Amino acid sequence: MMTMLGGEPFLLVSKQEQQNYPLYIRSVPSDSELKFHYTVHTSLDVVEEKVSAVGKVIVDQRELYLGLLYPTEDYKVYGYVTNSKVKFVIVVDSSNTSLRDNEIRSMFRKLHNSFTDVMCNPFYNPGDPIQSKVFDSMVSSMMVQTC
Amino acid sequence: MDQSPGSAMAAAPAGTFLPLNEQEQRCYSALFTWCQADSAGTLSAARVAELFRASQLPADTLRQVMEVCGAKQQGYFGPTQFQLVLKLLSAAQSGLPVRLESIKGELPLPRFTGMKNYAEDRYPAFSQHGDPRGPHFGGTTGQTQRWAEDRSALRHRENSVEKQQEAQAVSRSPRNSPPASPSNFPMSAYSSQRNGGADTLLSQSVHSPPRSAAQQDGSSPSHRGSRPPVEQHAVARAYSAERLVDHNAEDYPDDPWRITEEQLEYYTNQFKSLQPDLGALILGAVAKDFFTKSKLPIPELSFIWELSDVDRDGALTFREFCTAFHLIVARKNGFPLPESLPPSLQASLVAQDGAPPRPVGEDSFFGVPFALLEKVPVPPEKTEPLISFEETETIQQGKPRVEKQSSVAEMNISKHDVIEEPSQCVSTPKRVGEVQDKCTENTNTVTEIPDLVYKVDPHMRPRSRPRSYSSTSISDVVKKTEVPPTPPPRQQKTHSRASSLDLNKLFQHSSQGLKSTWLTPPPPALPPRPPVTQMQHFTATAEQDSQKALQQPDFADFSKFQEEEKISKQNLSCDATVGAEGSISPKTGVGLSQPLLQKPTRSKHRLESQNLDPSLSSFPAFVSGNKPSQKLSNRQKKEIQMAIRKNRETNAVLARLNSELQQQLKDVHQERIALESQLENLRPVAFV
Repeated sequence: MMTMLGGEPFLLVSKQEQQNYPLYIRSVPSDSELKFHYTVHTSLDVVEEKVSAVGKVIVDQRELYLGLLYPTEDYKVYGYVTNSKVKFVIVVDSSNTSLRDNEIRSMFRKLHNSFTDVMCNPFYNPGDPIQSKVFDSMVSSMMVQTC
Repeated sequence: MDQSPGSAMAAAPAGTFLPLNEQEQRCYSALFTWCQADSAGTLSAARVAELFRASQLPADTLRQVMEVCGAKQQGYFGPTQFQLVLKLLSAAQSGLPVRLESIKGELPLPRFTGMKNYAEDRYPAFSQHGDPRGPHFGGTTGQTQRWAEDRSALRHRENSVEKQQEAQAVSRSPRNSPPASPSNFPMSAYSSQRNGGADTLLSQSVHSPPRSAAQQDGSSPSHRGSRPPVEQHAVARAYSAERLVDHNAEDYPDDPWRITEEQLEYYTNQFKSLQPDLGALILGAVAKDFFTKSKLPIPELSFIWELSDVDRDGALTFREFCTAFHLIVARKNGFPLPESLPPSLQASLVAQDGAPPRPVGEDSFFGVPFALLEKVPVPPEKTEPLISFEETETIQQGKPRVEKQSSVAEMNISKHDVIEEPSQCVSTPKRVGEVQDKCTENTNTVTEIPDLVYKVDPHMRPRSRPRSYSSTSISDVVKKTEVPPTPPPRQQKTHSRASSLDLNKLFQHSSQGLKSTWLTPPPPALPPRPPVTQMQHFTATAEQDSQKALQQPDFADFSKFQEEEKISKQNLSCDATVGAEGSISPKTGVGLSQPLLQKPTRSKHRLESQNLDPSLSSFPAFVSGNKPSQKLSNRQKKEIQMAIRKNRETNAVLARLNSELQQQLKDVHQERIALESQLENLRPVAFV
């Protein structure tokens, strides 16, 4: 699970299979961080629900991007699942209306790219927390850009 | 350069006069010669940038210095600009604002840290080779040299942390640009990488002997420059028993990130030990095992991998392997890992062959993107190596002195130029699509990617990894490509049609003597020619026994009767009528009922009719007589028995044939069922 919290909260989570433990968590503002963690965890249920609903055999990118999971009063949650069932979750503040769907998609795409790069590193064992500096920098830049 | 630096330095841009005292003159001239990359009057922007960094001034200040000195307008660092720069640097270091006015007064010499190596390495070379720039020293070569050495020793006391920051600051200000980008900026990154590692080491080494088992003594300044590479060699020695090499490579003697020939050779051997083909890739797992032997912590190895695997395919080419190895070696030596790949290492990656990395000017181009450590638009970094792969020639064309001349001019290039570069990347034949993707992506974002090429390459193919997110169902692919199951083995000598099975059986039983009889659907019993003869014999004998009273014609007639009766019994149900009266009808009946036996029956019929006619009239009594019946019964019994036997035989044969056919039919049925079930199994999958 990769989590990323945005300044205006912006949380990205990716989880793995059944374990659903976080591989990476990042948030920009340190306040109310627990709240976002909680949100991310609860959103996992929605993610899994969406994933299981996809009964088709062929999975294309459209289905990788799960879209708005559910909007709450404060923030919106977007989900994305990779082919290896690693889930990404982004929590964005609802006041941040400038973020459009396309941008969210592009963010997920970049995350997926970076995540793939991390995976390709032979020194990275799948399931370990992601400690790649490259990944960190990419995530930071993304969060900075949206804030 | 023709002019003496003294006179040149005396001049000033825009007519201002820069008085220099003797000290400054010497210092400046020394620095000037050091910064000179060629015999022209211009200075290597890289070196100037290094000076900038060495001055440890904040980026803004340096920018101001650059602006003030007029190099931008001029497009290059001339001697006057250089003087101004140095003056301004000193002013800034003294805390004065960067203005032309501030340098009017007396200022201490600018302080540069970490420049010692270059200065020291250069001067002996210059003095030894009678460098034409020698006269620039103002005739006091030796003195200047010594002084310069002292000077640089002083500078070396100070350290590099700030230099690194400054380098970054400097690098941030100039934006990246087309091939003729400022050549001084690369050095900022380059030396920042280097300084980050080298300077700490150097500073330590200044105060204390080198840590590693370098051969040189730490006291000799001229060897200091060679220490980092020497230490790298020492580490290389730790890996194997190769001998250390003292000498350094050509351009950057003290560049720890540059792979020397010895090292390259060593890496090549190691590569071959892992993968004999130099053009092939080393898989990630193999490389992981190999590098784990270096006993570096895994996170560091992971980071080194990220730095060196530029095409991000999970495997290392020879170049990447050398880079990774070199980084490991450096790390073993205590150099902190760079945030991004140093230009010299990058150049080694770029080099098409084993040629040593290009000199500064060209390296600078590649180093430019990496100079932009933070908030660097991705395209330049990513595409630089890409461009270098394909456009090395063009780069080199564009590079010439223009680079240096325009280096200063482009210091203030904004991000727009950065974005323009992506458009240039488009021209790279290789990976155009991905480059464009990245370019378009990053025009929108400013991402901090200190790492190298953020290639989007497939994991499958080396150096190309298109990101396709559509997951293909492997099972579908497998099943589609699955070779259709081999058809069931054909039964040889068999036919699928049941009818032809008879033929098969026919052939099989041909040895049993049924061949001729099965050419047509099994007909009834054989035409009993032999039985007829037998019957005739029988009848003859029977009649002889029982019918002695019969005359010969009667005998003959009787025999005929017997034959007829036998025939009738054989061919029909018991319609055989004893006696001549009924003989005709049975004959006819026989003849009619057995069309297949027409011939024999007809013939018999003819015979019998011929015989019977005369006998009919003469022996009506015989027909109804008991004697004939008895005789007939005997004969009939025998004949009947014969007929029965024959019938049984034929019946047995037929029954056997029938059973065999039935068996075959069952087999065929089972085969069909099996095939149908197979078809059913395959069918649903084929449709998915």
